[in-house]
Amino acid sequence: MLTFQCPYCGVQADETELHAGGEAHLTRHGPGSSDKDFEAYLFMRQNPKGVHFERWRHVNGCGKWFHAARCTMTLEVFGAYPAQTTEPPKRILDVITSKRPGWTWRELS
Amino acid sequence: MSDPVLPLGGAQYEGLVDVREAGPQGMIALRGDLADERLQEAVTQLTGLPMPGVRGAQVMGESGVLWMSPDELLVLVPYRQAPRARAQLAEALQGQHALVENVSDMRAMFRLRGTQLRDVLAKLAPVDFARDAMPAGELRRTRFAQVAAGVWLVDDTTAQVFCFRSVADYMFKLLCAAADPDAFVGFHAG
Repeated sequence: MLTFQCPYCGVQADETELHAGGEAHLTRHGPGSSDKDFEAYLFMRQNPKGVHFERWRHVNGCGKWFHAARCTMTLEVFGAYPAQTTEPPKRILDVITSKRPGWTWRELS
Repeated sequence: MSDPVLPLGGAQYEGLVDVREAGPQGMIALRGDLADERLQEAVTQLTGLPMPGVRGAQVMGESGVLWMSPDELLVLVPYRQAPRARAQLAEALQGQHALVENVSDMRAMFRLRGTQLRDVLAKLAPVDFARDAMPAGELRRTRFAQVAAGVWLVDDTTAQVFCFRSVADYMFKLLCAAADPDAFVGFHAG
């Protein structure tokens, strides 16, 4: 079972209390952007076996969106952090590096 | 003013715990910056209770302040006083980015009483109801089976559960089934 600690209300929220929101840290490309950027924003998603960054919503709880880093293979959770950020905080990256040396995800590593 | 109508007309059930529909309860949804002093003063003055901390439930009789999320409180007042309390809060927060609404009839409340309380609750929600994980005075918003719900423990044998009015019947039947005398667990007791 997947359990995240909600960074807003601090509860250990299990997966059934949450709603998955897809990949994290996407940059929106709207009107005026190139077709290539727009297509990548709409359709191109990571589907890694291993380290992944996602958005989740604590829907049956405080209702807030947050980010989480986890391993898609073992369901190990590396940490959750607030949604008001465009990149993962260093403490999360450090945890991942210590547990999965040599990991990469998009341009992060 | 028309008479308040409880969603289930005051339904009750006696089993492992005593399930009773509570209310009518005045409830005011308040969204805003909870760290703001004016907001804190308005809330504490209205209820006569201190501001709750994260996941806190400050309740005394029919008055209370529930911490719902980092920017939301549910203020409990006696049902008849809700419209006046709403106006008072709205006036105190004028000019601020805040939302105050009387939502007294939006939710249903249930009071559970009995020694098997933690076992009954633990059957329905993905929450650790052990004494040290869920002490009295802590509010937990979660789900009970398939519907969103909130619960706080008044003391070790009394809990208050609330859910949306539209699922009040579902919630009552759920609580009754979990409190069925033939469904004794005895895990949290003692």
